Amino acid sequence: MDLSAAAGALNARTMDKSSVLTARGIGKTVKSGGSDLVILRDIELEVTRGEAVAVLGASGSGKSTLLAILAGLDTPTSGTVHLDGQDLFALDEDARAELRGRAVGFVFQSFQLLPALTALENVMLPLELSGVADPEGPAREVLKRVGLDARLHHQPKHLSGGEQQRVALARAFVARPSLLLADEPTGSLDADSGAAVIALMFDLNREFGTTLVMVTHDEHLAARCARAVRLAAGRIAP
Amino acid sequence: MRLALRMLVRDWRAGELRVLAAALAIAVASVTSVGFFADRVGQALARDAHQLLGADLVLLSDHPWKDVFQKQFLEFNLEKAEAINFISMAFAGELNQLAGVKAVSGNYPLRGRMRTAPAPGEPDAQAERGPARGTVWLEERLVSALNAPVGATVRLGTSRLKVAAVLTLEPERSANFFNIAPRLMMNLEDVPATGLVQPASRVWYYLYAAGAPGPLASFKAYAQAHLERGQRVDDLESGRPDVRASVDRAQRFLGLTALLAAIVAGVAIALGTRRFVERHLDGCAVMRCLGATQGRLLGLHALEFGLLGIAACAVGALLGVAAQAAIAGALADLLRAELPAPSAAPAVQGFLVGLVLLLGFALPPLVQLKNVPAVRVIRRETGATSPVTAITYAAGALALAGLLVWQAGDAKLGLTVVGGFAAAVAAFFVVAWVALRLLTHRRVTRLVRGRMLRYGLANLRRHARGNAIQVASLALGLTAVLLLTFTRNDLVEAWRRSAPPDAPNRFVINVQPDQVEPVRRFLAREGVAEADFYPMVRGRLTGVNGRTVSEADYAEERAKRLVEREFNLSYMDALPSHNSITAGTWFSKDQNELSVEEGIAQRLGWVLGDELTFTVGGKSFAARITSLRKLRWDSMRVNFFVVAPPKLMAGFPASFVSAFRIEPGREAVLNRLSAQFPNLTVVDVAAAVRQAQGVVDQLVAAVQFIFLFALGAGLLVLYSALVATEDERRREAAVMRVYGASRAQVSGSQRLEFLAMGAIAGLLATLGAAAIGQLLARRVFELDLPPSLALWVAGPLAGLLLLSLNAWLSSRKVLGASPALTLRDSV
Repeated sequence: MDLSAAAGALNARTMDKSSVLTARGIGKTVKSGGSDLVILRDIELEVTRGEAVAVLGASGSGKSTLLAILAGLDTPTSGTVHLDGQDLFALDEDARAELRGRAVGFVFQSFQLLPALTALENVMLPLELSGVADPEGPAREVLKRVGLDARLHHQPKHLSGGEQQRVALARAFVARPSLLLADEPTGSLDADSGAAVIALMFDLNREFGTTLVMVTHDEHLAARCARAVRLAAGRIAP
Repeated sequence: MRLALRMLVRDWRAGELRVLAAALAIAVASVTSVGFFADRVGQALARDAHQLLGADLVLLSDHPWKDVFQKQFLEFNLEKAEAINFISMAFAGELNQLAGVKAVSGNYPLRGRMRTAPAPGEPDAQAERGPARGTVWLEERLVSALNAPVGATVRLGTSRLKVAAVLTLEPERSANFFNIAPRLMMNLEDVPATGLVQPASRVWYYLYAAGAPGPLASFKAYAQAHLERGQRVDDLESGRPDVRASVDRAQRFLGLTALLAAIVAGVAIALGTRRFVERHLDGCAVMRCLGATQGRLLGLHALEFGLLGIAACAVGALLGVAAQAAIAGALADLLRAELPAPSAAPAVQGFLVGLVLLLGFALPPLVQLKNVPAVRVIRRETGATSPVTAITYAAGALALAGLLVWQAGDAKLGLTVVGGFAAAVAAFFVVAWVALRLLTHRRVTRLVRGRMLRYGLANLRRHARGNAIQVASLALGLTAVLLLTFTRNDLVEAWRRSAPPDAPNRFVINVQPDQVEPVRRFLAREGVAEADFYPMVRGRLTGVNGRTVSEADYAEERAKRLVEREFNLSYMDALPSHNSITAGTWFSKDQNELSVEEGIAQRLGWVLGDELTFTVGGKSFAARITSLRKLRWDSMRVNFFVVAPPKLMAGFPASFVSAFRIEPGREAVLNRLSAQFPNLTVVDVAAAVRQAQGVVDQLVAAVQFIFLFALGAGLLVLYSALVATEDERRREAAVMRVYGASRAQVSGSQRLEFLAMGAIAGLLATLGAAAIGQLLARRVFELDLPPSLALWVAGPLAGLLLLSLNAWLSSRKVLGASPALTLRDSV
């Protein structure tokens, strides 16, 4: 597949050839009312290409913070993250943004579709931002793949929750990222549509050969991943 | 660029940008149209003043003009009209009267039109050309003196000419009607047949020129270089002060309204952008996730707004062009001459104002978008906008002030308005904040029964800052609306009153001192409203501060003319009611004092304390200027440039002058007056009065039009202020309902909040509108504005009603949606 060829070129520079995401010694401390509050400490995580990893943990265990740091959305107090061989925090915020645009797709609990845009325009957005000449063709194709070809011109508020999350999946995959980060992707959905979205996500993951890191508190969902990492009180549980 | 354009289309479709675009378009339209007014109509008004001259340039000579002069008209491609003036006795039947004859060529006047009526007191109409051959037009007092109505025949020299019309207005007449015999207007070609103009006759020969400014200037230079003795060139002697005053007022009125519209639109833009930013924070966080850099985000949005700005400014400029066309249409009658072509400058100015508004008021909040942390997509509480402080807008406000000052051409006015506006906004905010704190003080809330009412009050307190901003914005929008509805009407009324419909329309001059009482009694018997009689002494200015002066001491043409002519001096004990002292004090006792009109003092360089010497009939007197007066030129009452106390001038020969009103249809009174007092001269100024009133009416019509823009801007601010907190309120209501509040409780608490805000905003706006109205009336229009009861009732009521309506609409919206949906959308 052409994607792995491209990734191979990138990997030439990495320390570990099979690793897409490597986190070493991640710690996060925030000031809270004068005292230090430790959210994460000594997180070590390595995700290899094509792998699906679930990060499990109760509310407040720090899993969302970890996801934000892995995506380069938030900065750790200590430690490093390498994404596609690049040291994320050696880059400035703008360079991280560009790397995200190239290599990472996101699925959020609250969908995060732009309300003013139609389904099609939401999916086109990542391609438009990276300057693709014809963003509409690929966007239509992915939307067709997620079964929404009849709802291209609907705005999010006219779509059901399950449909919105399918649009979000289409948006995540349209730029063919090497890594998909999912934050409680079924958290806002009822059981049936949640199951459908998850099935779709794993299918797409296989088809596009994407590596998946998913944050969830759902054990059943975690069980569908090849590997589960448990967070408790900011540490990886043994 | 393409993406920014797509974003623009998408946001436009979502309705996010409409208020912004409308505010921009309104600001640009109002600035542009007023700019056009100043530029184009202002030019025409200057030319209108030339109508008082009948031409752009007048050449006078006491002997016939040589052909070589006449040929220069062709050379310079100028229009030419001719006239000769002389005094002659006119006869009709047994009656005769000395007439000021003016014989004009068919195309006279080149600027402006004469007006004639079929009979004295009948409505007059514009005359397209001068008297036809064999006919004459008579001024009203000549009609009565000769008892020669339209259709009668008058004898002039050896000719018999038919009276064809009553002359009510001729261009050159209005400036100085005190010492002219009543007018007889005839055709120039009829003059030779009268045999009246002989080589030795005292005749003035006039040449009138009109044309483009360039050739005109060359011609003037040529003429001045070739003038012979007894010849001179006149150009615009600044027009009639009464018309000028009205036009100046209209221009200031328009200028201020445009300023107001632009600033209010600026506030609407700031509010609109803020809402845009709040609604786009999530979207921008997502775009950051999807790989957009900060610079990219800012660039995209700046480009999006820039494109919007250009489109909105273009629409605004077009609107402005259309509006000025409408204004020009409304003023067509007043201006008469065709308008000079509009220049592009006002559109450019309007465009610039629009862009400055956009940069100054939209950019500061917009910059926040780029700072939104991408992590907001996971933790929503991060990256809320920090309120944009006043300082952020300072640069924009300053730039705007600069532009407006440039546009208004009056630095003091522009700075006063912008500064006053900023002060008002600050004051509104502070007062609103204090009022909200007081209203929600524990001692007050303790008095309130009902859980939800108390919750509502607590809410007001919790959001004191945000609510104060909202109240201040509401008050601002409401101020603009009140100002433009109630205060505008009051101002317009006050303005109309300044040229009152019962203004005097006849002047009577040459009343001898022993005739004052008999004439007064006569007028009282005839039911004419009581008239004041002023003594008038004609004297020549011969010295200033002990030095002899002549017209050669003054460079300016108008000053020369003033000094060259005799002054009409008067004496009185008390200041007339239509005069007001602007400097110094009115006469005390036993001093040699003078009171001088401020305009002439300025023109001739006189200041308080200067000593003036006047010579009357060979005797001189000197006195110091102890006060300057401002006159109401548009009152059509008797006015004097220089006034002295009676003691100083009572010894000089004086005649009396008075002004009174003859109602249409009662002109016969004048005939009886002339019969009883044959030496009196009655001057008809009815046409001039009507013209002054017509000017005001048309200017008022034009001004009203511009008001619509400012009103639109005010309404936009109101709308923006109302929707500013809508999203937050909806979320809060959803949370309250989740926690078990009934619909009635939720809407009750919100209603209380809105009503309190409405009352405060309404009161503030009323205060603001009243204060600004007074300031405008006193400083700009020099009018008295009585306090308006209607405003004080309507202002607070408008605030309450508006916010009640909003409370009702908003609770329908808030309660219409299920809490779950609202919360899901806003998580």
